[in-house]
Amino acid sequence: MNKVAITGYSDTKFSSDDIPIESSMISAVRLLFEQTSNLGQKDIDVVLTSTNDNKKYLAPIVSELSGIAPKISHNVENLCSSGTNAAVSAFSYIASGLADVALVVGAERFDSPGQVLQWDDSRGEFKHPIFWATMFTKAHKRKFGTTNEQLAYVSAKNHRNALDNPNAYNPKKYTVEEIMNSKKLTDDLRLLDCSRPCTGSSAILLASEKIAKKFTDMPVWISGIGQKTTSASFTKNDLTSIESTKIAAHEAFTMSKTSPEKIDVAEIHDAFTVCELMVLEDTGIAQKGKAGQLVSDLYNTNNKKINPRGGLIGAGHPLGATGISQIAEITRQLQGKSGKRQTENPKTGLVQNMSAAATSSTVLILES
Amino acid sequence: MSVFEAELKNGRFVISECPRCQKIIWPPSEFCTHCFGNTIWRTVSEPGTLVEYSSKDGKTFCIAEFEDSIRVMGSLDTKTPSVGQKVKISSCGFDKSPQFTFSPEEF
Repeated sequence: MNKVAITGYSDTKFSSDDIPIESSMISAVRLLFEQTSNLGQKDIDVVLTSTNDNKKYLAPIVSELSGIAPKISHNVENLCSSGTNAAVSAFSYIASGLADVALVVGAERFDSPGQVLQWDDSRGEFKHPIFWATMFTKAHKRKFGTTNEQLAYVSAKNHRNALDNPNAYNPKKYTVEEIMNSKKLTDDLRLLDCSRPCTGSSAILLASEKIAKKFTDMPVWISGIGQKTTSASFTKNDLTSIESTKIAAHEAFTMSKTSPEKIDVAEIHDAFTVCELMVLEDTGIAQKGKAGQLVSDLYNTNNKKINPRGGLIGAGHPLGATGISQIAEITRQLQGKSGKRQTENPKTGLVQNMSAAATSSTVLILES
Repeated sequence: MSVFEAELKNGRFVISECPRCQKIIWPPSEFCTHCFGNTIWRTVSEPGTLVEYSSKDGKTFCIAEFEDSIRVMGSLDTKTPSVGQKVKISSCGFDKSPQFTFSPEEF
C-alpha cells in the first residue's frame, strides 16, 4: 500500500451566506491552489466533493470550473461525516496506486438537507438532532454523574478556541454561566450546547509519497484509518457510549501503531457538548466518565489540545466541509502553522468525525 | 407509504418479523436482515419499558423498548417518569413521521 500525505489545504470563512454550493467549493479550491507550491490543474488525478447538497454531478462540475480533467471524480455523501469519508476514498485511490494526487473539497449550505435523517422512523416524530443529543446527555448524566457545568465547559472552551480562528462562524467568548443560562431547548440541552449549521467550504490535497514533496516540504502522513457503521437508526445503540467511534479508533490506532496517550492534538466531532465528552472517552483519550474533568482542566489551563480551531460548536458545522476542515486543522497543527491557536510541538494528531446520532464514525491518525 | 406507516395511520403499531428466522426486524422492513426473505407484520406486544426520557416545553419525550429489541421514541404521558417503568402505547399515528404516545402501564 502506497503511503499517502496531506500536502495542501484551505478553509473559507464559515457564514450564513446564500451562495451556490459550487461557488463555495470553488472558493476553497482557488485558495488551495494559491497556498500550494507547484500545483497545476494537470497534476490532479482525482476530484472528490463531499456535501449533502442536492445538486447533481457536482464533482465533474467543480472539476470543469477549476480547469481540471481528472481520471476520477464523484461526490461523497454520508451526512455529517461526508468529509472524512471522501478523504478516505481519496486515500484509497492513492494507496492502491490508481492515482497519485487527489483534491477533496467539502462544502455545505446553511440550509442543507443533511441536517435531519428523515428515514429514521425509530425516532418517531423526534427527528431533529437535539432529541438524540438530549437522550445522550441525560443518559451520560445518569450513568456518570456528568453535570451541566461540565457540559458548559466544552462549549466555553471551544468558543474560546474559535476566537483565534478567523474562519469561525461565530467567534464569541462565553462564560460557563452564560452557557448554562442560554436558551433552554430541552431539560438537558441549552442552545450553547449545540453546534450550528452554516455555509462553508474546505479543501485538502492528498498525494502519494513519490510526489508529495513537490507540493510541500512538510507533508503530513495519514498513518491510521478506522471506520465503523453500527446502524443507521439512532435507537439501536447504547446511549452512554459511541460504539462506532470506539471501534474506528481502535482500528486507526492499530493501523498507525499509536495509542491514545500519543495524541498531541485532536479535532473531534462536538456536534453537541456531550459528544465531545463521549468521543474523548470512546477514543481512549479520557477514561470512561472522566472526560468532563479533562475538559474543565483544559479550559482552566488554556490548553488547546482538543478542538483547537473551535470544534463544530465554535467554528460552525457546514456538514460536508466539517471533516475536511478538521483534517486541514490537524495538518496545520502538525506543521506548526496554526498561529495563535498552535499547540506545543505536536507530532501525532487525531481526527474524529461522525454521522446521524453517532451511528457511524471515522477516525484518522495523522503524523508529521 | 410502507406497511408500517399505513398501519400506524390506522392507529396500529405493527412490527416486521421474519417467519423463517423467527427474528424481529427493526427498524421495520419488508425484508429480513438475516436471510433477505419477506417479513410478516404483526402487532407489537405490550408493555414496553422506559429506557430514557427528557422534556421540551413541559412535554416529556422518551425512548421505550418493546419485546427486548424494538426501541422507539415517542411522547410520554406522565408527570412521574422513571427509567425501567413499564409503559403501554396509549396512541399512535402517522403524519409525515410516526407518532407514539406512551403512558405508564398502571394508568
